[in-house]
Amino acid sequence: MLLKKRSFLAGAATAAAMTALSTGAAFAQDDVTKVGFVYVGPINDGGWTQHHHESAMKMVEEIGSDKVELVYQENVPEGPDAERAMTQMALNGADIIFSTSFGYMDPTVNVAAKFPDVKFEHATGYKTGDNMAAYSARFYEGRAVQGTIAGHMTESNVIGYIASVPIPEVVRGINSAYLHAKKVNPDVEFKIIWLYTWMDPAKEADAARTLIEQGADVILQHTDSTAPLAAAQEAGGVIGFGQAGDMAEYAPSPRVSSIIDNWAPYYIERVEAVMDGTWESHNVWEGIDTGMVGIGEITEVVPEDVKAEALEIKDAIASGEYHPFTGPINKQDGSVWLEEGEVADDGTLAGMMFYVEGIEGSVPQ
Amino acid sequence: MIFLEKRPQPSKTLSYITPVLAVLITMVAGGLLFAILGKDPVAAIRIIFWDPLFGEFAFYYRPQLLVKGGPLILIALGLSLGFKAGIWNIGAEGQYIMGAIAGAGVALALYPLEAWWIFPLMILAGALGGWAWAMIPALLKVKFGTNEILVSLMLVYVAENFLSAMAIGAMKNPEGFGFPGSRNLQQYPSAHNTEIIAGSGMHWGVAAAFIAAILAYVLLNRHLLGFQIRLTGEAPRAARFSGVKPARLVLFCMGTAGALAGLAGMFEVAGPAGQITTGFNVGYGFTAIIVAFLGRLHPIGIVLAGLLMALTYIGGEAAQSALQLPAAAIQVFQGMLLFFLLAVDVLTNFRIRITLGETA
Repeated sequence: MLLKKRSFLAGAATAAAMTALSTGAAFAQDDVTKVGFVYVGPINDGGWTQHHHESAMKMVEEIGSDKVELVYQENVPEGPDAERAMTQMALNGADIIFSTSFGYMDPTVNVAAKFPDVKFEHATGYKTGDNMAAYSARFYEGRAVQGTIAGHMTESNVIGYIASVPIPEVVRGINSAYLHAKKVNPDVEFKIIWLYTWMDPAKEADAARTLIEQGADVILQHTDSTAPLAAAQEAGGVIGFGQAGDMAEYAPSPRVSSIIDNWAPYYIERVEAVMDGTWESHNVWEGIDTGMVGIGEITEVVPEDVKAEALEIKDAIASGEYHPFTGPINKQDGSVWLEEGEVADDGTLAGMMFYVEGIEGSVPQ
Repeated sequence: MIFLEKRPQPSKTLSYITPVLAVLITMVAGGLLFAILGKDPVAAIRIIFWDPLFGEFAFYYRPQLLVKGGPLILIALGLSLGFKAGIWNIGAEGQYIMGAIAGAGVALALYPLEAWWIFPLMILAGALGGWAWAMIPALLKVKFGTNEILVSLMLVYVAENFLSAMAIGAMKNPEGFGFPGSRNLQQYPSAHNTEIIAGSGMHWGVAAAFIAAILAYVLLNRHLLGFQIRLTGEAPRAARFSGVKPARLVLFCMGTAGALAGLAGMFEVAGPAGQITTGFNVGYGFTAIIVAFLGRLHPIGIVLAGLLMALTYIGGEAAQSALQLPAAAIQVFQGMLLFFLLAVDVLTNFRIRITLGETA
């Protein structure tokens, strides 16, 4: 069984290699489940990677460090290096490996094919396999709450948006924030800067300053560092939101609320599934309802009535009573996307690469 | 009193010994660093230097050394020619990117056609792409006397932006649900840079690196052009008197470096990486500069240095996941290697003299 678990079906599964594997297996303690995490950034980035890591540690704490062992590697470039990082973990006896960036998708597919008995979980992608699941969060639900607050709070009616990489997830976020800001403030205008990176504090700060110079007094960000909030603080009179993490060190202002990624419940559930042998591949998308998308505390800088309205939307989304993409919604060119009362289906949302009516500019492609 | 006395001739013996010495000092200083971080220094050094070569999973790591070292060697060989002649191409990273884009461009344009000539055509395109990108700083230097260090470096950023534009635009996978990144060339048999012997890590790019090392050796030791390169670096005035045309040399050195970097990029995108993505380049072009100097700008030295550098990467990653060492500690460790090499290099050019008594 030990051997089977680590059967390494590489092109050259030579006899020597197999011997090495079987002797290697003798060293592994198999009552402990080994969980691997591959991170795209440093574990203290204050955003995306930090929250995956904190969730991973919470998972260990919850299940018990006598039952699970966490191994991770940070700052792993997307591509062949990620493939090596995962192979290394699998060779060293990992039972389940979480690869936490979109760019790890094809490398994960490759490694998953070589280790059929190790489970793989890839975040924010679309490819799955027998031993490879995909998971992501409905961040656009959080954007609806954020857009509502932003629309009320802006005085210049210009909202700046620091966009990261042009993939559907980011485009959905922009659309959702815009629709809800527009709903409470018809004069609102979005200025969007694309950075083509998930995290680069220097570029993020530059983008924030540029947007502020262009009149934005609310900055929304889909990048992971706190640099935009620092720029907002420096400029004064500008507010922003925490992204991926709570970024509470900038509360009560400029950070007035945040969208928090909370992966811990998912990680606990999936690792426990591996332990009971009930793990199955799937492609899930969870939102405010399961807690995967959290809304950070709305600070006192936001007037009571605005806060109440934002929380109302949050509750309505959580209960399933309201969907952030409910018609009538037109596409940017004016053509009808959703009829009155119609709700967007997950397929369209998954591949959403168009702006809704009212947003200027075009999605880079 | 301790004096440093300049040697009339750099010591040949020491120039071979210093790289080894630098590695040893790095191990000691690195071990100290790991100990301060609360990790077992002996275990860390063993995981970095020993396990990938002789440990239980060496069958996996050894091929990976070639995969990681191949592009480093190929790029460093090209750079070393220019460095020998005092021509500083710092932009290999950009040339690497452009080679990859040109090579992948050929494949993506022809997809899904299957033919034997596609891969050779991609090799040609890759070399041309890198060459053309290097020609920009080379021509500007020859025609207008611009500084090739600045121009080639700046062109890296241009190339990175071009890469992003390609990954989300022209080369985006039409079946990729709107996500950035091209089709995966690993799934396109005619374009896939496969391993020559399965499981060996020896893909065509690694073979090209070894061939390039031999050619570079022959060029430098048996060819007039190689002599001119060395002469220009060691005695520029003498070189000019003996009829070396500096402009021709700049074009040759920059062009060769660009073409080799382009080839490295092309082999990488068609093989281990598989895709044009926004994060395709991971710094091989810059690391190759360290490799070139660590290898003493000598083809055989570069092959060894490239493999050593690959070892610190692969072993470093292993140490990260085995001991939970921070990634930054591994980077510091790699930085130490170059730092100590430069430091002990003093011994090659200077002699330490200890004199007793006052000699005022």
